[in-house]
Amino acid sequence: MSGYTAATRIRWTEWLPWIAALAFFFLMPEYLSLGARILIFILFALSLDLILGYAGIVTLGHSAFFGLGAYTAGIVSAKLGVQDNFLQLIAAAGAAAALGAATGAIILRTRALTLLMLTLAITAILLEIANKWSSVTGGADGLSGVTVAPILGLFKFDIFNRTAFLYGLGVLFVAWWVVRRIIYSPFGAVLTGIRENRARMHAVGAPVYGRMVLIYAISATIAGIAGALLTQVNQFVGLNVLGLEPSGDILVMLILGGVGRLYGAFVGPVIYLIAQDWLAKQYPEYWYFGVGALLIAVVLFAPGGILGLADQVRDKCLRLFKPRSSAKASAR
Amino acid sequence: MRFTKIAAIAALALSSGAMAQQTVKIGFITSYSGLNGNLGPYMERAVRLYLKQHEKELGGVRVELLTRDDTGPNPDKARQLAQELVVRDKVNLLAGVIFTPNAMSIAPIATEAKVPFVIMNAGTAVITTRSPYIVRTSFTLWQSSYPLGQWAAKKYKTAYTLVSDFGPGWDSEDGFSKAFSDGGGKVLAKVRVPLQNPDWAAYMQRVKDARPDVLMVFIPAGKTATAVMKNFSELGLDKAGIKLIGPGDITTDEELPNMGDVALGVLTVHHYSAAATRPANKAFVEAWKKEYGQNETPNFVAVGAYDGAAIIVDAIHALKGNMDPDKLMAFFKTWKNPNSPRGPISIDPETRDIIQPEYLREVKRVNGQLANVELETLSAAEKDPWKEFQKKK
Amino acid sequence: MILYVISVGLSVTMGLMGFINLAHGVFAMAGGFVLSGAMARFGVPFPLAVAAAFVLVALGSIVFERLLYSRLYGKPELAQVLFSIGLILVSMAAARLLFGDQAARILLPEYLRGQVHFLERDFPTYRVFIIGFSFLIILGLWFGVERTRWGAMVRAAVDNRAMAQSVGINTRRLFMLTFALGSGLAGLGGALGADILPVQWAYPFEHLVYFLIVVAVGGLGSLRGPFIAALLIGVADTACKYWTPEFGAFLVYAATIAVLLWRPMGLFGVRA
Repeated sequence: MSGYTAATRIRWTEWLPWIAALAFFFLMPEYLSLGARILIFILFALSLDLILGYAGIVTLGHSAFFGLGAYTAGIVSAKLGVQDNFLQLIAAAGAAAALGAATGAIILRTRALTLLMLTLAITAILLEIANKWSSVTGGADGLSGVTVAPILGLFKFDIFNRTAFLYGLGVLFVAWWVVRRIIYSPFGAVLTGIRENRARMHAVGAPVYGRMVLIYAISATIAGIAGALLTQVNQFVGLNVLGLEPSGDILVMLILGGVGRLYGAFVGPVIYLIAQDWLAKQYPEYWYFGVGALLIAVVLFAPGGILGLADQVRDKCLRLFKPRSSAKASAR
Repeated sequence: MRFTKIAAIAALALSSGAMAQQTVKIGFITSYSGLNGNLGPYMERAVRLYLKQHEKELGGVRVELLTRDDTGPNPDKARQLAQELVVRDKVNLLAGVIFTPNAMSIAPIATEAKVPFVIMNAGTAVITTRSPYIVRTSFTLWQSSYPLGQWAAKKYKTAYTLVSDFGPGWDSEDGFSKAFSDGGGKVLAKVRVPLQNPDWAAYMQRVKDARPDVLMVFIPAGKTATAVMKNFSELGLDKAGIKLIGPGDITTDEELPNMGDVALGVLTVHHYSAAATRPANKAFVEAWKKEYGQNETPNFVAVGAYDGAAIIVDAIHALKGNMDPDKLMAFFKTWKNPNSPRGPISIDPETRDIIQPEYLREVKRVNGQLANVELETLSAAEKDPWKEFQKKK
Repeated sequence: MILYVISVGLSVTMGLMGFINLAHGVFAMAGGFVLSGAMARFGVPFPLAVAAAFVLVALGSIVFERLLYSRLYGKPELAQVLFSIGLILVSMAAARLLFGDQAARILLPEYLRGQVHFLERDFPTYRVFIIGFSFLIILGLWFGVERTRWGAMVRAAVDNRAMAQSVGINTRRLFMLTFALGSGLAGLGGALGADILPVQWAYPFEHLVYFLIVVAVGGLGSLRGPFIAALLIGVADTACKYWTPEFGAFLVYAATIAVLLWRPMGLFGVRA
């Protein structure tokens, strides 16, 4: 796992994703709805990486926060008439943070299967509530009538999703900045310590449990914001945001990109969603086969995901070009 | 040299302009995977069959069907697909859609981009009100459940309803119970069952204890229906004298063989049965079997798409390929098809929803196979009762 | 009760072997298809077909175990979770390709249909049969694990693999057999339950949560645990649906959370 001991100055390679995103915006204006979707999932993946990659918490219930954020933004707009997009985001973030803190405080004492089950059960309960409370959530038909006022009074959400894309990009940028600061801070080091050796962290006197709940709540907040973005872009919320699928999908995307490194969350969703977009059109019924096989292959042969593979390739290349220094390195 | 090049290009442009074959693009969104993922292929097959049979009427216009998988009830995915079809592929029409939330999320795109949206399956009554560019050729649950209630009220005194907990289920429950109670009957209880429910035994036991004359069930078409049938007979409800009825979704034609004898005698009300004897249907079923295999059978999902293709082809023919959205909608609103496999159908100009006959059917064994045999026509031209009631308010 | 038979297999693999296998439902599904295929295509009588489901799935699982699972024994739980999710996806797609969209057709033999009259109520014969059969299985398993040498070896191998090996136990073969047993049980459960829980391509994913609930609540590594958990959950679920149908599955999840918080290792969990 690389990254967290590196300097906090931003390397030039870290600007690449943003440049790529802007290039995408100008060069491929017809694919912006896919682009917006990718951005939202990158945000979601970032939130999962915080707890999975850095704190070592395995969860299948992250869609609870995603869905809660999505529904909060939707309900606040459709039922309470709040149109301002920032207020909607804040409401969603608040709700998700509250749920994250509350559930985290209760369930994080457990490990492995028990924790997994609890996360699943919580998501299932939220799904049931959303399904039954149809006067508020629209139930199985979904919540329509969500409107978002033009951002800053100027930029309307149009059918080309131009506004949606740039808006999502902006939110993602802010979140990325925050996440980066967290990871490269002493707090981030504590997290990694917890992941690597919990007993020792206790021995050192770090407030393990408190830190874990905190990061869980932060992760939940970001996931909630991602969900709210989805609602704002689509102006609609369906029950599928609370299902097992988003949790599973985002896990797959993150693994694909590489867990525990900031940019795995960027690479994974890009590749997964683009592949899905292309393959699902060609062979909709065989899409799952490919994904499953890929997942198995990644787990067995490339646990570091794509970025892990990239690292290995880079190391091999370096060894090729600098045989002498690597001989010294391997001699150590 | 350059002059020849320009001349060549000009000649090419002119000639292609003269021979320009017009293409009408239809963005076809349905479910090929996920929940009810088996229904998508029925719809696509029906559309392709119709297009193949009616090539001449297109008058040289080429129809391109762009199919997309919304992977189940995923409104954000459906919306993304619709948006891409409209913006990227520049389709003239959107069509298909099984799930209500998907239809609801696509509606604003149809309105904003002014692209007519032909709904070929989704059945919740309120959908067509979401956009002035929506027309529906499939059905609504009120259309089948309301006449069912009216008919049942004449023969039975007490009823119990058991429906799946989602839009079409609520519609079915409302339609049936309103008709039943207006007709003098008493609805003992209305129970809503979670959509993902594997076990019906508890619910059936409750029904048995309540002892209604008739049990009205609505669940999504497919394997759930088989499970319900089995539980119904396993718990001995039929022997207890309770009659099982419902809209035709509970005995869909392609699932009947799996149900076995437990389904015999079940009475349903629906607009389509593959066993219908009218000539238009016989031809339809025959063509289906010829094209897709002798063991295959069309069902109401297929017929919704088949007639959806019909309305589009008729429009292309009438407007001579001029796909102006408002002209299309004007045509759609007054469309009639006396020769659909389900009987004479038309579109209601006020609501843009379908008007069709509703039949009372019973499951019987015909030629060794189970079939929904049409007993009588309850209503020759049923409009969507829910919208009719809305008008009166 | 079907949940039990399928889930006890999962408890066996997960608890005894320490492997998080979410793809357990795949083996159950396979069992269902074997039963259906054997009866429909080859005309095999019901009891024999059920036995075939057990045996064939167990054998088939050995292939998987050798090729795939064994590589992941020591790996972190995340890897195991992901791997089994991948396996689920692949099997679902394969099942769809092979069997299409229809559910496996099961025709129960005459003597298992209808109802049994007991204590003034009618009970469906088949369900009574399943409960009884599950009970026999649990007895058999308990006997096998607690009383035989094999059971002792498995428990030893799980507690400390290196020690067990040094004592001369062939852990590789042991794990293989245990896995086969666990998966065979899943296949058996899937086959027996095929009438009630229809077997089709989406099966492993649909019921995943239920299997996990039974195992987590019952306790890993225990045999009584999942049995009692399945019983409790089955009864609670049915009762809730009967008395308060509006809340349905809601209460099952709430109860699961309550139990797990009170006893994180499940009601009868072995490792505290």
